[in-house]
Amino acid sequence: MNDFFILMKSEWVVTLIIFVLLFFKIGRGIRNEVALPLIQILLLVNFIAGFFFNQAGHLFGNMFETTGLIILEKNILNLGVYLISLLFADWFLKSRNLLEFFILMLSALLGMFLMISSGNLLIFYLSLELATIPVAAMANFDLDKKQSSEGAMKMILSSAFSSGILLFGISLLYGTTGTLSFAQLPHQLDSGSAIQIMAFIFFIAAFAFKLSVVPFHLWTADVYEGAPFPGAAFLSVISKGSVAFILITVLYKVFQPMGDLWYLLLVILSILTMVIGNFFALRQQNIKRFLAFSSIAQVGFILLGMSSNDGFGVTAVVYFVLVYIFSNLAAFGVASVIATHTGKENIEDFKGLYQTNPFLSWMLALALFSLAGIPPTAGFFGKFFLLTAGGARASYGYIIIAALNLVVSLYYYLKVVRAVFMDKNEHPVPKIRTYPSVKFGLLICGAGILLAGVLSWIYDYIHALS
Amino acid sequence: MNLIFLLVIPLLTAIGVLVSRNKSQVRWIALVGSVVQLGFAVALLMAFREARLTDGMAPVLFEQNHALFEPLHIHFHLGVDGLSVAMILLTSFVLVAGVLVSWNIEKMTKEFYFQLVLLALGAFGFFMSLDLFVLFFFLEISVIPKYLLIGIWGSGKNVYSANKLALMLMAGSALILVGILGLYFASGRSFDILTIGNLNIPGHLQHIIFPLLFVGFGIFTALFPFHTWVPDGHSSAPTAGSMFLAGISMKLGGYGCLRIATFLLPLGAREYANWIIILSAIAILYGAFVTMMQKDLKYMNAYSSISHVGFSLLGIGMLTATAMTGSMLQMVSHGLMTALFFAVIGMIYDRTHTRMVGEMGGIMKVMPFITTILFIVGLCSLGLPGFSGFVAEMTLFIGSWQHTDAFHRIATVMATLSIVVTAVYILRAIGSTAMGPLKNEKFSELKDAAWNEKLAAFLLVGGIVAIGVAPEWLNDLLRPVADLIMKRLGGN
Repeated sequence: MNDFFILMKSEWVVTLIIFVLLFFKIGRGIRNEVALPLIQILLLVNFIAGFFFNQAGHLFGNMFETTGLIILEKNILNLGVYLISLLFADWFLKSRNLLEFFILMLSALLGMFLMISSGNLLIFYLSLELATIPVAAMANFDLDKKQSSEGAMKMILSSAFSSGILLFGISLLYGTTGTLSFAQLPHQLDSGSAIQIMAFIFFIAAFAFKLSVVPFHLWTADVYEGAPFPGAAFLSVISKGSVAFILITVLYKVFQPMGDLWYLLLVILSILTMVIGNFFALRQQNIKRFLAFSSIAQVGFILLGMSSNDGFGVTAVVYFVLVYIFSNLAAFGVASVIATHTGKENIEDFKGLYQTNPFLSWMLALALFSLAGIPPTAGFFGKFFLLTAGGARASYGYIIIAALNLVVSLYYYLKVVRAVFMDKNEHPVPKIRTYPSVKFGLLICGAGILLAGVLSWIYDYIHALS
Repeated sequence: MNLIFLLVIPLLTAIGVLVSRNKSQVRWIALVGSVVQLGFAVALLMAFREARLTDGMAPVLFEQNHALFEPLHIHFHLGVDGLSVAMILLTSFVLVAGVLVSWNIEKMTKEFYFQLVLLALGAFGFFMSLDLFVLFFFLEISVIPKYLLIGIWGSGKNVYSANKLALMLMAGSALILVGILGLYFASGRSFDILTIGNLNIPGHLQHIIFPLLFVGFGIFTALFPFHTWVPDGHSSAPTAGSMFLAGISMKLGGYGCLRIATFLLPLGAREYANWIIILSAIAILYGAFVTMMQKDLKYMNAYSSISHVGFSLLGIGMLTATAMTGSMLQMVSHGLMTALFFAVIGMIYDRTHTRMVGEMGGIMKVMPFITTILFIVGLCSLGLPGFSGFVAEMTLFIGSWQHTDAFHRIATVMATLSIVVTAVYILRAIGSTAMGPLKNEKFSELKDAAWNEKLAAFLLVGGIVAIGVAPEWLNDLLRPVADLIMKRLGGN
């Protein structure tokens, strides 16, 4: 009984917070100005609680399992959610349904926790759905924008489609192996069986949808553009991070007998994803669409690191997601501040930003350089470790393609930096006074970007767990 | 001598610049920091010479090794050999001079000095690293400052140039990255330069990795045909930026070609040596002839840099100890000379607001000091004895001439021919700028160099003359490095 509470501690805390928020909602309701600091404190408590009473083990006949690495992954996601509550404060304060937004977000987070911890295909499927459906509602949260509903519709349809494919894959797997348990499956798998290979490919396709891997990326840009900033940020950082975590577990543990097959798949998918993500990002004007394609390209690098099939791959992916949370959230955060205060979402509107808002400009530049992988930012370390992990098995051609993609991505990140620092503008964005927590959140991100790489014990710690 | 100081001082300077309150504080903090750094660099030289006398011939001195990312065998491994000491000294000279000539920058002064110091920090770290990861980190750290320096403070089509430079150098870094990873896996997961330096990487891998590394570093040092960022970048950058780009950043590439590519991959170096010679001979001649056609002083110096840096690549390709010593001498000499050249051009431009040779004329009458410096640097550039350029080129040609076959002889002769071309364009440019009647009436009001500019000029001229008159001390530093590399290459 005691295990029941301790092992599922992260889930319990999140559930509790959801209930607290529901309680406020059903009761008299509270004003945004009061609710937001309260939520921020609750999420901070949630994040800090993640570091205590940690214990590895499993429950419900291996359906739910938790290890040091899984706890760390949950903490990383908690950090991301806490940062979202800080960074998008300006938008939250204007929002009419603040509490609902957080209830949805935390429900999705709960789904992700269960998904990461799952040890069985059934609970994996259920938690994946729990992690997806609230996000679609979040994407629809700009209620007076038509694009928002359109994006949400696209997301619902494509995720329903991918869930269908996933279920089909799962049922084929069950049919051929007679088990749903992650622990049993590898013994039953046969890399020569055509039907199991088909099942596996269906299975991976569903992951590819969630991670927006090319050619399953078509929904991404539209959904990001329509969704409110915190929704888009949640989708691009937290949601992708959690799916990357479970994908790596599934590939390394469950589908290990098919190692050669998925290595080939990952190579093809990652090259496609990098190249297409990058080349579409070159042409984007809207900052959200820009970040959408840039995040697609980043996923290509995650897949490259994943292809290593050893502990270095796990470490590199987890580390990269941590760095990515800092960098991408900072970029979304700055864009959101500007869009919320001025209604401008295009890169052109950022021209001359440095003249009026130096702090925001430096944070944006730092975030973009980190995404581009330029030192001293943590993004450099993240990319380098992904390449080092993937390089163990890869051919020179593969690594050269990846490295040249870094050059292409630098081009479009520099485009934004150029607009901010160099281009002249008669009427730049006026000086913006943000809600204090935004500045605090950006400072945390900035510190993370500058320190996560240099403080090498973070990497060593993750490696010790994986 | 603790090498960490040489990283901490620029770092503290950068932080000091960031927290300072007004422009004059920024300038003085930057100046004091860079002078202290120069002091430490000189102390390093002394300590190094002392240690060499007592310690004999260890390949690197003042080593320190801290675990950084232990699972990946990445270590924060620092150490210096003669070449590193010379380059660190060069970087400190250029840093002080760069801080001094930028004294009057009013636009975003704080940001400017911060970027400048960060650029220097990257160079210092690069020259001390003995771990490929750390080396790559410091190489890449300069991307942001270079881009912003040119894009924000530059002139002309600076945004275009900044983009071109950042992307081309990033492409170079991408190739280096692949090469480093290749070495890492070929050596059984080690990034350590000394460790890999004792291994024999299989020939078929060297065949792939060497061109990746050499071309990657070559892009940094304007290897033909990847030199196209040089003219645009150098001419658009602000004065101190050009000084750094040409004086230091291009040397990062040369250092990498020699210390990383050639030293670690001897078989690859032997295999591709003739290609290096062909490309660098083309660069030398092409650079010299294109320079003849230039009318803008900054473009002139940018193209002549391509030609001069070609010499140091030629020296590497020759694969003799003397030629390699010449190549390293050329790196140091060209670093000082080109920094001084850009400083002088900047001084002239600040006053006349033109860089066109045709629009100036007779400025010697109004700016005797600046014009004298222009003469000195011009004569050094064409290799007049008594200046550093002569020492470097002479050593290099002697080393090249040691090969008796026709191919090497022809390449050497072609390279020597470029000196004649250099003499033509240098004398013509300086003559029509400085001599004759004053072309523009407005110029008669102009003032000569201020204290900061004089100080910067003295510093760099001092370096040039010190090498030119007494090259032994530098030769003593560099020759053992060349011998070590040649020993690994298994030749004379």
